[in-house]
Amino acid sequence: MAVTEAPGRQLQTPWIERIPAAWWALGFLLLAMPAFANNFWLFQVFGWTFILGIIALSLMFLAGYGGMVSLLQMTVAALGGYMVAILGTSGVEQISLGLPWWLTIPLAIVIAAVFGTLVGALAVRTEGIYTIMITLAIASAFFYFARQNYGIFNGYTGFNLVVPPQLFGVDWRQPTAFYYLTLGCAVICYAAVVYVSRSPFGLALQGVRDNPRRMAALGFNVTAHRIAAYTLASVIAAVGGILLVWQNAQISPGTAGIPAVIDILVIAVVGGIRRPIGPFIGALIYVLLRTFSPDVLSAFGLSNERFKLLIGLGFLAVVFFSPDGVLGLWERWKARRGRRRDPLTGKEAGQ
Amino acid sequence: MSDTDLAAPADRLGSVSAGAALELRGVTKMFGALAAIADVTMTVRPGERRAVLGSNGAGKTTLFNCVTGDFLPTSGTIRLFGEDVTRFPAHERIRRGLRRTYQISLLFGGLSVADNVYLACRGVSRGRFSLLRPFRGDPLLTRAGELIEAVHLTAARDALVSELSYGQQRQLEIALALAGAPRFVLFDEPAAGLSPTERAELVSILNGLPEHIGYIIIEHDMDVALRVAESVTMMHNGRIFKEGTPEEIENDPEVQELYLGDGHG
Ligand SMILES: Nc1ncnc2c1ncn2[C@@H]1O[C@H](COP(=O)(O)OP(=O)(O)OP(=O)(O)O)[C@@H](O)[C@H]1O
Ligand SMILES: [Mg+2]
Repeated sequence: MAVTEAPGRQLQTPWIERIPAAWWALGFLLLAMPAFANNFWLFQVFGWTFILGIIALSLMFLAGYGGMVSLLQMTVAALGGYMVAILGTSGVEQISLGLPWWLTIPLAIVIAAVFGTLVGALAVRTEGIYTIMITLAIASAFFYFARQNYGIFNGYTGFNLVVPPQLFGVDWRQPTAFYYLTLGCAVICYAAVVYVSRSPFGLALQGVRDNPRRMAALGFNVTAHRIAAYTLASVIAAVGGILLVWQNAQISPGTAGIPAVIDILVIAVVGGIRRPIGPFIGALIYVLLRTFSPDVLSAFGLSNERFKLLIGLGFLAVVFFSPDGVLGLWERWKARRGRRRDPLTGKEAGQ
Repeated sequence: MSDTDLAAPADRLGSVSAGAALELRGVTKMFGALAAIADVTMTVRPGERRAVLGSNGAGKTTLFNCVTGDFLPTSGTIRLFGEDVTRFPAHERIRRGLRRTYQISLLFGGLSVADNVYLACRGVSRGRFSLLRPFRGDPLLTRAGELIEAVHLTAARDALVSELSYGQQRQLEIALALAGAPRFVLFDEPAAGLSPTERAELVSILNGLPEHIGYIIIEHDMDVALRVAESVTMMHNGRIFKEGTPEEIENDPEVQELYLGDGHG
């Protein structure tokens, strides 16, 4: 958290040496994954995990650092995805404008960010449950609008054949390439959130979360900081949304439907909204449950549809046992193990 | 961020300031049917140091809240260095050189002392929305270090604020109020709950402030008030009851009956 670290500490250890060993291990594991995981795992499990993780990360940024629980993030992501389909190329040639990718992608992100900022400007005037209600209302309004509007959003059908550009001669929808693409985007978004959390803006945002009155008495425009947080979160969500439309090669109103909107909240809460890694853990759990619970359920003679029940029960358990999500459970377990160690020798002390 | 930026608010507004640092005209604040302050009119010169006295519930803190914009007054006007700020949001008033401390410390408990003061310095300078982390040698970091030293907290620089003693938290409150280029500061009972040594330290901090910085201090302890203020305003039931030099107030029979008599002095 410290922005103003003691100078000595910084001079002695370069940042690269301060990265814990576990992170190096995770990094190598993720980079080497295509060597031992099959295409299904790369594309369907990990690709989807990174995408949902990015969208949930945008919620974590708002909720964890800004204290604002927004249900808008999936909608912003879907708008980003729609814009790529509408501005770029898709199977719906009478609507898609066919702009080049280097125009389409930035424009899609900017449009999603403007939308997120405008809604944010409305939402920051409310608090707690009212923020959730207003963002949920706008999310469902977007869903119904997209479903009924045929001129721009192509209504119920949406857009098909939306694929990433063939850059550097690579087919980015090929499983290994797509894995690295989503991994790269996830790492960049994660690093950006970690970096920004200790910048003046990030620190001020956390100040606004903890003590808005004092922040105003220090000269900060509290409302402007909250709105700016929505802008930043929208950019992250839009990146996730664009990757999502590329993965599915299609987008339709269901992408921004209420179940999808709620899923993002569940993912962030299950993973833990206090730290940026939480949403990715939540996303992995969600994707694994969604992918494999139908098999497990049908083995027990239950309907495939019951996976939602499993996810719901998991959500309930996490909220009940650990308000900080799975990450909170893990940290508590580590703290308990740490306490059992002998402080001098570092060995496990006998109970 | 250069040193001139730190001084910018004062420079920018130096030309505007005419006459009073703070001018209240008929300021009233109602809470339902209760007039927490009623028809308060007062003028404070730039650089003037004034104590506000009054029993519990007299409306002193409410007066501060109206001046800083924590609450909007029900009626009346507030001028800061000649400018009508009655409807301004709090942060706009702060950027014009007004500062305050809180009677009950309002600090960022999860952050270190250094981060708290850094935030305060950032709040009254440019780059509040900067996404770039401060680089080593950032003038704001230097300035924060100086402020920490000024309130004698250098030893606790990297401690979490929630781990500070009560007295240290009160000192940090003052540091936050002195960030940037303050021109007028409102101190809300900074001495409450402090030990005699800490009180002496507070008096030396206040007396050591540059001459151009005026302030109003709410203080129950006459001994402290008389050593740091050149004028005194007595409040009672939300109204100004007496104004004068410390000697006049101390020797006023009405004041003695009403205030010094009931165990506060
Ligand atoms: N936010 C509020 N809502 C309702 N009533 C309030 C509020 N703040 C203050 N009051 C009332 O206004 C009156 C003045 O309160 P204020 O805090 O200004 O007094 P004070 O002079 O600072 O007293 P103390 O010496 O106890 O700090 C009191 O009767 C108080 O109950
Ligand atoms: Mg008070």
